[in-house]
Amino acid sequence: MRSFLTGDDKSPRRVVQRQRHRPETWWAFSLPLLLFLLIPLLALIGYSSPEQLVENLALPEVRQAIMLSLRTSTLATLASVLLGTPMAYLLARREFPGRLLLDNLIDLPIVLPPAVAGLSLLLVFGRRGLVGVWLDSFGLRVTFTETAVVIAQTFIAVSLFIRAASIGFAGVEPELEDAAAIDGASHWQTFSRITVPLARRAVLTGIALAWARALGEFGATIIFAGNYPGRTQTMPLAIYLGFELNLDVAVTLSVILVLLSFIVLLVVKGFFGIGDQEE
Amino acid sequence: MFKSWIEKQKTLTFAVLALLLLVASCTQNGGTAPTAPEQSPVEERTTLTVYAAASLTDAFGKLAETYKVNNSNVDVVFSFAGSNQLAAQINQGAPVDVFASANLSQMENVVAEGRIDADAPRVFVTNRLVLAYPEANPAGITTLADLALPGTLIVLAAEEVPVGRYSLEFLDKATADPTFGSSFKEDVLANVVSYEENVRAVLNKVSLGEADAGIVYLSDLVGVEGVSYLEIPDSLNSVAEYPIAALNDSKNAEAAAAFINLVIGAEGQAILGEYGFGPAPAP
Repeated sequence: MRSFLTGDDKSPRRVVQRQRHRPETWWAFSLPLLLFLLIPLLALIGYSSPEQLVENLALPEVRQAIMLSLRTSTLATLASVLLGTPMAYLLARREFPGRLLLDNLIDLPIVLPPAVAGLSLLLVFGRRGLVGVWLDSFGLRVTFTETAVVIAQTFIAVSLFIRAASIGFAGVEPELEDAAAIDGASHWQTFSRITVPLARRAVLTGIALAWARALGEFGATIIFAGNYPGRTQTMPLAIYLGFELNLDVAVTLSVILVLLSFIVLLVVKGFFGIGDQEE
Repeated sequence: MFKSWIEKQKTLTFAVLALLLLVASCTQNGGTAPTAPEQSPVEERTTLTVYAAASLTDAFGKLAETYKVNNSNVDVVFSFAGSNQLAAQINQGAPVDVFASANLSQMENVVAEGRIDADAPRVFVTNRLVLAYPEANPAGITTLADLALPGTLIVLAAEEVPVGRYSLEFLDKATADPTFGSSFKEDVLANVVSYEENVRAVLNKVSLGEADAGIVYLSDLVGVEGVSYLEIPDSLNSVAEYPIAALNDSKNAEAAAAFINLVIGAEGQAILGEYGFGPAPAP
């Protein structure tokens, strides 16, 4: 993950120019991986005919799952940006005791099995959980609700945003921020007019990664939010359960999920990324 | 210079990781199967491979200990998984001596493929649905009819898994029963907050107190703390029947027959009873 994020400061073209000798060797050795990644996805897309895909798209449970997934993953991304930006900036700019520990903590949700995340959330926000007990006294319940889905997705996705944004913030020269401050800009103005625009590529990459990860979240969601069509049954849950009963529907949802994720990542990296080469 | 050093370190790390993965995948010997003990030079040893439904894990583990007493030359190797998975593996040619399924339909699948003779399977236990609720009983459940009380948080297994289908059958039967009322199923389903992926997930939501009630197998409750249950009467219950049979191409027919005899005999039945399973129906 990290090498992918830090590696995008070199355009593919420049890499090719530097490696004048035998690019075809590298292609040959990359081919097994390319096939390994590509063939399963093509098999998935080729499984059902386009007519069948469209037909399945009209099913109410499929549409419910798609709409719920789009809604919750967007909210989770929003929450990740709001909650994650200060942390990303802190990690990019400040040296403080325990910085390494904090940095490591931020990486945990990326490497933890999502089921562990789901269980932890249940122990905090569940009816008998640390926070849940208190919420329950106000008659509020989080488990089995759409809110729980958003919480689970945010927990898993926010790290990806922080990682990417932090690298972007670190790449902005502190002198530029200082200059803006000398010219009378407030902290907020400096951050929003200088730092974020200069780091926009990394920030956008972070947003795209967080969104795609939230869209694909399964393990934490099914444990913490449960599975109820229209309320907590997101696309990955519908795919998993559909696999038992209706493979066709599961494949349709999978194809949509793959295409959506691919297009979003492509748009963000291609469209926003290549336009920024001069940085 | 420094950069290329980093690159080298990276390559090394990846190489080590790849190697570890390779080693890990080589040493894996197929799920939960315990490794066979050292071969004894004096007597001929037999390995009996038993494929059994996941719900039988604890009970069959105990049965194997009893089995070893009279069959010290046999090593019993289990593979526990969902019955549908096991049936699929057997039909793909897995070398198996005994198959114990959690439902008749998966046994029929194997019979249809010809690896088990049609007259071989015998139902050896039954498993009943019960209504599980947290010991603290936050919804104050005292009878099955209380499931319909508004605001009760109910979790069921998803329709896709057998216990989920059985749960819906129970609701249908209860709704037809005048003591529950004609809107019982509708009212209960309105209280459902989640359709879980398997019966253990249902039980976990109940034992954590997240759900007020859930429908599970009685055998799932053995050894679980903090959960109470209400019986579901026979007239409303969908009793799951577990068949067992030896494969007709088993190379250890004798050992397989001995194992099945233990399971259906008095001693085996007593052990299975301890683990919450009911006796097989009289033929």
